[in-house]
Amino acid sequence: MILDALIWISLAVGLAFNALGVVGILRFPDVYTRLHADTKCTTFGSIFTSVAIVLYAGGQYFRDPEGQYETLALHTVLAVVVLAFTNATSAHAIARAAHKRGHKPAQAVCDRLEETVP
Amino acid sequence: MTRWIFTVLVLVALMLLAMVRLFKGPTSADRVVALDAINTLVVAAMIVLAVVFRQFIFVDVAIIYALLAFVGTLYIAKYLGGEL
Repeated sequence: MILDALIWISLAVGLAFNALGVVGILRFPDVYTRLHADTKCTTFGSIFTSVAIVLYAGGQYFRDPEGQYETLALHTVLAVVVLAFTNATSAHAIARAAHKRGHKPAQAVCDRLEETVP
Repeated sequence: MTRWIFTVLVLVALMLLAMVRLFKGPTSADRVVALDAINTLVVAAMIVLAVVFRQFIFVDVAIIYALLAFVGTLYIAKYLGGEL
């Protein structure tokens, strides 16, 4: 019962944060704020949906130890680690490329990167 | 079982919503941001689908998909920055 409740809570948190990330993509004014909303919220939401999968695999493992549920849990953790590292790196690359291409942040009053990296 | 199918359906709806920005985006950087979001959501949906279909090999496919999407995003970013 407690495990079921934890799985539901993890799924709800994950889906809510994924939805917030997508709403941020649709509503924010320029590429940097969209990147900010997208990267953080979708990474966090995907981590929480994967936590729900790991909890489910743990519960099923005690019910049926022959069902290879430990493989599911371990590979899900590996996928989450890969996702966390690659999302952060690709967000940095996209922001750097957008700045090099000359996109200015909307409503910005100063651009410190422009001053330090000509 | 129903909760996993519900999760997958919500994730697919979010992918379709992100596709609005992918088509509309005023600049190409906006399109890359939307594509990055869709890639992350696809990985999350694939992990959940592994439980729906009882095919745990889908999680390995999700790992490889995340790595290949990362390489693709890096190449597009290099191209946009004029370094390629």
